[in-house]
Amino acid sequence: MGAMEMRPLLLLPEIILFLGGLIVLIGGSFLAPDRQWVTRVVAAMALLAAATVAAVSFAGPAEMAMEGTFTVDVTTGVARIVAALGTIIVLALASDEIDGSPRESETYALMLFATTGTLIVAGADDLLVVAVGFLLASIPLYGLIGIARTPQAAEAAMKTYLMGALFGILLLSGVTILYGVTATTSYPDLTDRLADAPARAVGAGVVAVLAGLMFKAGGVPGHFWVPDAAQGAGGAVAAYLTTIPKIGAVIAAYRLVAILPETFAWPLLVGLLALASMTLGNLAAYWQSDPRRLLGWSTVSQVGYLLVPVAVAGRSDLALPSLLLYLTGYTITNMSAFAVTTSLPECRNLNAYRGMGRGRPALGVSLAVSLLGLIGTPPTIIFVGKVTIAAAAWEAGDAWLAIAVFLNTLLSLFYYLRWIAPVYRFGSASEDTDAAERVTWPAKPVSASTAATTAVLTVLLGVGSGVIWQLVT
Amino acid sequence: MLSLIVFLPLAAALALVLAPRLGDTAARWSWVAVAGVDLALVVAVWWQYETPAEEQLAFEQRAEWIPGVNSSYHIGVDGLSLPLIAMTAVIFLACAVYALRDTNRPRLQSALFLFLQSVSMGLFVSADLILFFVFFDLSIVAMYFVIAGWGHGDAARSALKFFLYTFLGSLALLVGFIGLYIAADPHTFDMVELSEQTPLAGSSLAGGLVLAAILIGLAVKTPTVPFHTWLPPAHTDAPAVGSAVLAGVLLKMGTYGFVRIAMPMLPDAWRAWAWVVIVVGIVSVIYGALVALAQTDLKRMIAYTSVNHMGYIALAVGAAGLVAGDTAEARSIAVTGAVTQMVSHGLITGALFLLAGVLHDRANSYDMDAYGGLAAPAPRFAALFALGAFASLGLPGFSGFIAEFQIFTGSIAAAPATAIAVVGILITAALFLRSLQRIFTGHTRGKSTGFGDLHPAELWSVGSLLLLSVLIGVFPRPLLDVIEPASEVLIDLVGR
Repeated sequence: MGAMEMRPLLLLPEIILFLGGLIVLIGGSFLAPDRQWVTRVVAAMALLAAATVAAVSFAGPAEMAMEGTFTVDVTTGVARIVAALGTIIVLALASDEIDGSPRESETYALMLFATTGTLIVAGADDLLVVAVGFLLASIPLYGLIGIARTPQAAEAAMKTYLMGALFGILLLSGVTILYGVTATTSYPDLTDRLADAPARAVGAGVVAVLAGLMFKAGGVPGHFWVPDAAQGAGGAVAAYLTTIPKIGAVIAAYRLVAILPETFAWPLLVGLLALASMTLGNLAAYWQSDPRRLLGWSTVSQVGYLLVPVAVAGRSDLALPSLLLYLTGYTITNMSAFAVTTSLPECRNLNAYRGMGRGRPALGVSLAVSLLGLIGTPPTIIFVGKVTIAAAAWEAGDAWLAIAVFLNTLLSLFYYLRWIAPVYRFGSASEDTDAAERVTWPAKPVSASTAATTAVLTVLLGVGSGVIWQLVT
Repeated sequence: MLSLIVFLPLAAALALVLAPRLGDTAARWSWVAVAGVDLALVVAVWWQYETPAEEQLAFEQRAEWIPGVNSSYHIGVDGLSLPLIAMTAVIFLACAVYALRDTNRPRLQSALFLFLQSVSMGLFVSADLILFFVFFDLSIVAMYFVIAGWGHGDAARSALKFFLYTFLGSLALLVGFIGLYIAADPHTFDMVELSEQTPLAGSSLAGGLVLAAILIGLAVKTPTVPFHTWLPPAHTDAPAVGSAVLAGVLLKMGTYGFVRIAMPMLPDAWRAWAWVVIVVGIVSVIYGALVALAQTDLKRMIAYTSVNHMGYIALAVGAAGLVAGDTAEARSIAVTGAVTQMVSHGLITGALFLLAGVLHDRANSYDMDAYGGLAAPAPRFAALFALGAFASLGLPGFSGFIAEFQIFTGSIAAAPATAIAVVGILITAALFLRSLQRIFTGHTRGKSTGFGDLHPAELWSVGSLLLLSVLIGVFPRPLLDVIEPASEVLIDLVGR
């Protein structure tokens, strides 16, 4: 029986990433501080290799590895490619920010480990593998957040660690409960046995596992660490931890709910989580003045949108493709917005962006495109994602979720515009001199060009979304 | 051909953005040139245009776009869209000529307006709801930057209000579109297929809700009472060319949506709710006129007359939904009048806003009481403004008369009660005559002293818009020949 063999080659991308992380970690300690960039190149090559392997095996049929505990299908393929390419973008941002700094190679190694963990969560077809991936993805995050060695970073790392410990325990107890009532942790077996298991126990177990995954995704109720970490950690790390872990967590949530029986109302549960995430994230983002903290809350709301197709899993043909499309679009768009903040690391207040559109026209346009993209303005990719997730929800009979998506989009408009508006506000700042327009805009070159490239990409992918749609179905 | 018309300005806009060393004069003239070429292409399309068969479009093009949700790049024209495309091309060319004198970042301004032209053209040729929505939303984004970047006064605030308000409308519209998509079997966003299918025809509740979402979206954009409050500040603080495009082209996106989407795709619901549309139309007509009468700021006044003029269109399309045995011909006349009004209002109000821009340019004020006796120092300005005012109040010989005459003929035949709205014409006549009197007659005083008359660029841009209005008023046949077959088809579709 093919499904019950190890077949480690199917996990080649994950293996490459993990080995890459080890090489970077060990190699970094033998390199002089001014030669640390070599580890960045090694990390980028590992990521590129992983993405290439994933792309080559993309078209093949769905296969099982590790004795049927890990699925390699289109969904895993998308997760691998998006996570690997997303991490490469993060490396580009890091080259401006932490080039030659102490602990540079450690940062890259931790990122590679966390990406491996995320991919294991994404492909997991067994609750225990989810738990292992969760730990592998979470523990490096604590280090990544604290590595900036500032008081805020320390606080954020502490907060993330405590939250992570709590939700990790929740996840494990959920796995325990589900194992207790079904005597299995493997998804194919759970599919058969959950329907006969006591509904309340199944409900409690699923809620606990989902809560753990929400910590990783940064959605309600596990969202508390996100804004602090986005603000306190370094820019590249903030871009990383608000984007890449979500890929694995949301896909894992999808795989989990797809096997659930109808004995308890999980669609309503996930739907309410989605609604809570998007609404809370949007409302909390309203009066933020730090752009990265604002983006942190914005990512909480984006998790809400990502959970909409999860809530209608199995009830609409659009659910899975729209989820993958949205994930892809979100990763690129969010990276673009963070790239603008890392290219102007001194601007830690929205008013500091005053007049940036004149001083740095290309960067200004990139910021406008990425923020409008996060809103879901056509023709960017998130627009197509939003339309299709709303259509999926409506098709499944949850028109209220579709309406919630659009009402929340409306809510979110205001705070994104609060950031765009000063960029295009020129002339004399009569009210106060602090907010006066700056004359020079020393933008970091790599981040600035990354922001521009990803912004263009969001539009191109949106226009070409038909091609992506065919790839993910 | 249509794709070229749509994307030529976009390509030119990209080229302008990517050429930072281009001189200001070259940038301004390349805008004029591209707008001119686009107009020439539209004229060529009009020349070759033949009325397509029912449920079909002329110059149709279709390519796969997002096959997963049955959305395609599907474009084409018919008698409802062709006049609007022509009007759009004319207004953008007039704006390009008018802006030849602008000195504020002309390269970026030209690029932004060319982008806006692409978006507007694209909207009117779209035959797919998602494509329509893409252009609908992008028009909002582009106009936001026009107002925020080139406006005056409290431009940032007005631009934000405009953006939030109209984005709200666009989201309601999108909800309605998804509702149509889900109800259609097989699911599709294609406008032609949806008109054939008329999804939701059986269920009055779901049909009513989807129509409500679409109507709110379109009513915000149009705008009709009570969704008009974004319009006056946006117009007041927008630059002259921005106002002309906003009133001339962007408002038409709302009214065009009525005849292109709401009526043919949801005929049952439209008939059921026709009276609501009529009442909203009548209220907009009278309320818009009354509030305009109370204004002292010229630009605000013109903005409110737009609410009034859009009210006539709502009235006409509402009346078209009152299906009764022998009124088909009358209702068809009302629809023809509505489409004519879209073209006519675009030309006339575009011209009036450009003229209002001259006031701001010379004396930095729109306050009508600050002027007086302006006819003496600026006779050409006075003459053109008087022409525009008379055209706007619907005097025979101008396009506005052709439009409003047909609207009332058709509407009153279908529903005699709509005659109340004629009061609106009286009030607009009064307010325009009063403003002419305030600004132009009497002794030259206040800001009128030393007021420079129109420059050639201003004269040509405004003059050609008004000339077209007169031409349509005197020889309406070529325009009506295009519109009438499409109105008859639409009346058939609503009657299903």
